[in-house]
Amino acid sequence: MNGDATPDEAAIHLADVSKVFGKIGTDAAFRAVDGLNLDVRPGQMLALLGKTGCGKSTIFNMIAGLTAPSSGSVRVDGRDPFAEFDSFRGKMAIVFQNDRLLPWRTAIQNVELGLEMLEIPAAERRATAQQWLTKLGLGGHENDYPHALSGGMRQRVSIARAFATNANILLCDEPFSALDESTAGRLRAEFVRLVKENGKTAVFITHSISEALEIGDRIVVLKRPAMIAYDVRFDTSTGPEEREDIRSRIVEVLAV
Amino acid sequence: MSETAPQTGSPPPENMLSAAAKRLWEWVLPFAVVIALWQFASLFFPRFLFPSLIDVFWRCLEIFADGSMFKDVMVTIYRILAGLAGSFVIGAALALLMVRSRAVDKFLSPILTLFQGIPALSWVVFAIIWFHGVEFRILFIMVLTTLPAFTFQVLGALRGMSRDLMEMVFSFRPSRAKLFRVMIAPAILPDILTAWKVNLGNASRVVVVAELVGATGGVGYQLLLQQQLFDMAGALAWTLQLVFFVLIVQGSLTLIENVAFRYRAVSERAI
Repeated sequence: MNGDATPDEAAIHLADVSKVFGKIGTDAAFRAVDGLNLDVRPGQMLALLGKTGCGKSTIFNMIAGLTAPSSGSVRVDGRDPFAEFDSFRGKMAIVFQNDRLLPWRTAIQNVELGLEMLEIPAAERRATAQQWLTKLGLGGHENDYPHALSGGMRQRVSIARAFATNANILLCDEPFSALDESTAGRLRAEFVRLVKENGKTAVFITHSISEALEIGDRIVVLKRPAMIAYDVRFDTSTGPEEREDIRSRIVEVLAV
Repeated sequence: MSETAPQTGSPPPENMLSAAAKRLWEWVLPFAVVIALWQFASLFFPRFLFPSLIDVFWRCLEIFADGSMFKDVMVTIYRILAGLAGSFVIGAALALLMVRSRAVDKFLSPILTLFQGIPALSWVVFAIIWFHGVEFRILFIMVLTTLPAFTFQVLGALRGMSRDLMEMVFSFRPSRAKLFRVMIAPAILPDILTAWKVNLGNASRVVVVAELVGATGGVGYQLLLQQQLFDMAGALAWTLQLVFFVLIVQGSLTLIENVAFRYRAVSERAI
């Protein structure tokens, strides 16, 4: 196993997972993930790094329960996220590459979305959503529709939406890639702080080495078809030189 | 956290007032031109060809004031609304089945396309041959003539829903009812209102044909009487009843659109 947790302890556990699109055994079949083993321990921030088309999003969708693996087993908190899809209501939240705000809902109504699924009473829902919007610097914009917000503000609403449900597991699919570097940098720092403060387990997909080094306390580099080419853990005590070594190693791995 | 939102401030009230006046003028102008041309023609042509619009106006008032005549208008309105409602319910159900199953789609699409090619008048003839009851005949004609359009429009709306937004809502694991309420209904509402607007016009034309041939009451039947009397003012007055109805419903639908779709961004540059 590639993790530092046993399968029973792991928040996310992938065992010999493969995903083939198209009919297996035919020329049209495309193997996106091939025999992947991966464990993520609770509270870990895993950055999944790889070039475009290496299967990151497929792995993401399998962990999110949006796609079933062709073979192998995916477990999140010990359960199959695809087969037991509904049982993860409120347990898992996703921040997507683009904000994906419902255009017919105001900022606060968008943040309330996940809470509505959990049948939280309206007053409590509104208070929680308000609290998260304020935390993310969007106080005063509660009743703005998405079209009236800037890209960075919209992405902050989507982060608030993900955090509001208080899900233990956060899945993030390149959430800052569509923003300018300065806005992305600020949001990234804010995001890491919130994940740490709230003790979440996070899987963060990215194709940026700098972002992976900034976000993760573990980086897994994937090569096509999604298999682990490099797996490294580090923490706040990891110095700049060591980080540079990690960066160089990742560059080498991706270049092969 | 300092990025700013796009500017969405309201224009000053005087600009809004002049914009409203301009909109009103633009709306009134085409009607005023048609009315003026007709009135001008009435000065030179016999009354049975181009009656004065003042006569038509009094005939309209007479229809409004006379309970038994206005009942005919209400009967026609009821037939239009019942036909559209029936057609919408069946069409939406068929569209849902078609979007869920490729086999159902493959089976129903050609049939609905075939129905689209059948003229409304043919359905009138079929209904007269097949059925006895007047109301059932008209309901049948109304449903069959508007069903394909409703089905295809709802189907298009369902297929056009954003896959990204759907996936986002799915990630919160909604129940079917919640998925419909928070995602599907608001996403397809604009297309549904457009479908109602389009089909309302079609239905008001079809109902007159159906009543003209197979009914003993309603605007279509009254039009038949006016034709037999060679009474152009009467024919116009009865036609205007339907036109008023369509304008009122279209206006109501536009009002609903303005309220329900206020979330949409408005560009300063039109297409």
